Amino acid sequence: MNAPFREQQARQTLAVVDCDIHPAHRTPGELLPYLEPRWREHYQTYGVHVRQALSSTLMYPRMMAAGMRSDALPANGPAGSDLEMLRKQHLDPVNVEFGLLMALSKGGMEERNPEFAAAMSRATNDWQIDRWVREEPRLRAGIVVPQEFPEAAVAEIERCAADRRYVQIMLSSRPSDPLGHPRYWPIYAAAERAGLPIGLHPVGYNGGHPSTGSGWPTYYLQEHYVFVACMEALAASFILGGVFERFPGLKVVLVEGGFAWAPALAWRMDKHFDKFRKEVPHLKQLPSDYLRQHIWWTTQPIEEPEQARHLVEIIDWIGWDRLLYSSDYPHWDYDNPSFSFKFPMTEAQRRKIFRDNAMALYRLS
Amino acid sequence: MSRHVVCAADELPPGSRRTAFVDGREIALFNVDGRLHALLNRCPHGGARICSGIVTGIAQSSGPGDYRLERHGEFLRCPWHGWEFELATGQSWCDPRTTRLRNYEVRREAGGNLVKGPYVAERYPVVVENDYIVIDI
Ligand code: FES
Repeated sequence: MNAPFREQQARQTLAVVDCDIHPAHRTPGELLPYLEPRWREHYQTYGVHVRQALSSTLMYPRMMAAGMRSDALPANGPAGSDLEMLRKQHLDPVNVEFGLLMALSKGGMEERNPEFAAAMSRATNDWQIDRWVREEPRLRAGIVVPQEFPEAAVAEIERCAADRRYVQIMLSSRPSDPLGHPRYWPIYAAAERAGLPIGLHPVGYNGGHPSTGSGWPTYYLQEHYVFVACMEALAASFILGGVFERFPGLKVVLVEGGFAWAPALAWRMDKHFDKFRKEVPHLKQLPSDYLRQHIWWTTQPIEEPEQARHLVEIIDWIGWDRLLYSSDYPHWDYDNPSFSFKFPMTEAQRRKIFRDNAMALYRLS
Repeated sequence: MSRHVVCAADELPPGSRRTAFVDGREIALFNVDGRLHALLNRCPHGGARICSGIVTGIAQSSGPGDYRLERHGEFLRCPWHGWEFELATGQSWCDPRTTRLRNYEVRREAGGNLVKGPYVAERYPVVVENDYIVIDI
């Protein structure tokens, strides 16, 4: 009598590359088999030590069930932990050719114990391949590194980089120091050697800092928005710190931090560049030149101005070859490719944003 | 406008929801405390299937320091970005001017009134003594 519950029918005809998919652990102990016995024992005895009082709690319900789409909860385990559901709800109906995993939970990015951070990163990277990429050839992993311990981060990059199933190096956009700081440079040298882009993604924790430069936000709306402020600060730090001068082959992708701010940041840095040049004599080009040459942006959550053409003007400035489609599956602010852009695009523009830019940047094939 | 029998009334008891394909469209049906609502199962904002959204009320405030949760059970929150729609009208609470979730007339009718209708006999095994959920498209 009643048609059964059916998954979305309309199939995207254009294949897409999704640059932001979050895999989750089915059970809290899922990483244990991937840890050396010494660190397994440590994990079970002491747990993780991140810069937050209660490591496994979120500060807000985050809009939907713990920040997730309320329709993405599998029968067993949390949202994002079920590969079959990921296929049915996202990979198949929107025609994902490649999906890039962003493993946020309990990697070594925010762990304070240096050696444990390294062990958790290794475990997370092996887990991504074993549980996701091997099972689903459309998926690709990002190398999680203990980013506050650059020497160990370099070792992890070198351990993984030859395996082409890893397509980028993941860093949290909430680090202890701005990422242009020389203490992180060994990571960039390793990225350049490996030919892998750096993908910056916000994590729930804040590196010990309030998530804005002026204290803790009051509302979740504020917390969500300050992803943008973090990204701006980090982009400026990379550029003004001379990272791209030192590592001319380095490519940085800003994931989930918006992009409409990019022209304003560039104009502002350029405006005073002539006057301050003596302070940053290591820069050989205008700040905006570095921005345009070394930085890419993902689309989700995309700005939605009342007049869609305003966004088109911004993309015209940034360049149609610098934006990469991302969904953020299974998070509540998920963007479906058929609906995320509220303005018409030419066929060439669509191809770039939804597929070709990412195919080239991440050397996917 | 055409009339469609969707399901037997006891298949949509209070507090439940279901989806149905009617005339090529997927419709989300809700029974909130006995009130029936039928909405197109696609969020006008970003395409989510709203059938798995949360039925809720609306937080109101006349200014900082004054907060009330009102009209409980009258709103549907989209499972993705959380836009709220009034179940009875499909009206968007975020953007009432330009966004609206398509909604349909839905009611409960006695089986005896339906057997003569053009849509019932061919498509649904109708048991005359029960009540049915009927929607107009
Ligand atoms: S898809 Fe429903 S609120 Fe965005």
